Amino acid sequence: MKDKIAEKLLLFVALSAIMSLALITFFIFQQGIPLIFKAGLGNFLSLKWAPTRGGFGILSMVIGSLMVTVGALAVGIPFGLAAAIFLAEFSSKTIQKTLKPIIELLAGIPSVVYGFIGIVILVPFIRVTFGGPGFSVLAASIILGIMILPTIVSISYDALLAVPNTYREGSYAVGATKWQTIVLLLLPAARSGIVAGIILGMGRAIGETMAVIMIAGNALKIPGSIFDSVRTLTSTIALELGYAAGDHRGALFACGSILFLIIIVLNIVAIRITSRK
Amino acid sequence: MIIRTANLNLYYHKFQALKNVNVEIRRNVITGIIGPSGCGKSTLLRIFNRMNDLIEGVRITGSVLIDNEDIYSPMHDLILLRKRVGLVFQRPNAFPLSIFDNITYGPRVWGISDKKTLTEIVERSLTAVDLFDDLKDRLDCPALSLSAEKQQRLCIARLLAVEPEILLMDEPCSALDPIATSKIEELMIELKKKYTIIIVTHNMQQAARIADEVGFMLLGELVEFDTAKTLFTSPNDRRTNDYISGRFG
Repeated sequence: MKDKIAEKLLLFVALSAIMSLALITFFIFQQGIPLIFKAGLGNFLSLKWAPTRGGFGILSMVIGSLMVTVGALAVGIPFGLAAAIFLAEFSSKTIQKTLKPIIELLAGIPSVVYGFIGIVILVPFIRVTFGGPGFSVLAASIILGIMILPTIVSISYDALLAVPNTYREGSYAVGATKWQTIVLLLLPAARSGIVAGIILGMGRAIGETMAVIMIAGNALKIPGSIFDSVRTLTSTIALELGYAAGDHRGALFACGSILFLIIIVLNIVAIRITSRK
Repeated sequence: MIIRTANLNLYYHKFQALKNVNVEIRRNVITGIIGPSGCGKSTLLRIFNRMNDLIEGVRITGSVLIDNEDIYSPMHDLILLRKRVGLVFQRPNAFPLSIFDNITYGPRVWGISDKKTLTEIVERSLTAVDLFDDLKDRLDCPALSLSAEKQQRLCIARLLAVEPEILLMDEPCSALDPIATSKIEELMIELKKKYTIIIVTHNMQQAARIADEVGFMLLGELVEFDTAKTLFTSPNDRRTNDYISGRFG
């Protein structure tokens, strides 16, 4: 009897997690989609964002989100891959056991702390070195690049470790050097894991809000260079939702729907790639 | 004489895996190394292309000469040695690449990038292992989709692509069924015309079928080394006799 109750209770708790996901999904789309139809796709995909006066164009923010995401990948991929290769192929077990948890600890730092470090150190550095406001695509890219490192490093590292040792031996047996073995054999063999890590990192970068608000400058235009300010979809939602009403509020939910779709698609792609053999 | 070892000893940390091995291996014959599990036969095989270097805690004393050059001297080019002395593994270890990329792996490592040359190498290597007619229309297919026997042939072709002189084979048929085994054995007999082959096997019948000369190892020692005929019909050492007559092993 008691077992039955416990079972039902656990089932209810498990279902409530799924239910809340379903409700969030439903709510976001239910609030956001009508605005897209009301404003029309032309207006929605235009550059003019003046949501209190009927301008619902999200294009500059979509471009902003893409720019900081691509920038984050440009920083995160080379450093992340290099770290994963070093850990998996060049370091002893002791170093691996010490360094990997430390890198994974990066994921535990609150994003507001990243933003804070960005404001205090990175933004002034960029302003002094390159000119411009300092609050820029570059600053956001570097900070986001560091924030996605743990994802890329750990997943790529696991993928490299999963490559059987017989492949390495086979490669050495035809006279390949260690570096040739890594480039010609191990990276292709671990490709699906590495790509999945990159895509999950990309999802993190595109969804990050607080750190980006603090250092990207949030100017509502398409940046002319990486030293210009930029505003992302996430920043817009966080900055404006507090005072938005009516169609403005709907437009922010529409932004949320677009983000939601992008992240769902990225995750599905990542899962597909990792489960493919 | 192509390979000669003198007073060769190998230690894994404190454990001595090879004890004072002196052996001479002749060119263009198949030399078999037999013995029970753990006797050091694979370790001896991996001496010849310095594969043991990859294992932590290995220490080697004595000398190993290939064409009168000491391959363990600091002056010796390890990468060139591995090209000259290829190793076929116990389990086929075809790479997760296409058939074409598997065969061209070695040549690409050695700096050949010309597509036409690479295509010629693929044809020559696959022909040598009798796979070309079978695979010529699906060179782009993943190598891992082939049967175990064909994968093992492919691994041999991958070695032949870098034109080695010596082929080391570490129980190359242990993952294969009897029919596939006999096909690989035929291939080895064909290959010995051009290459020197050293094969480790714990299958005595296999050694008797294909090897010209055979060494028997026990507990890290090379107990006896002779022509296959002598070793299998009238061995000198009682331990060899006990092993080949099935008293232990």
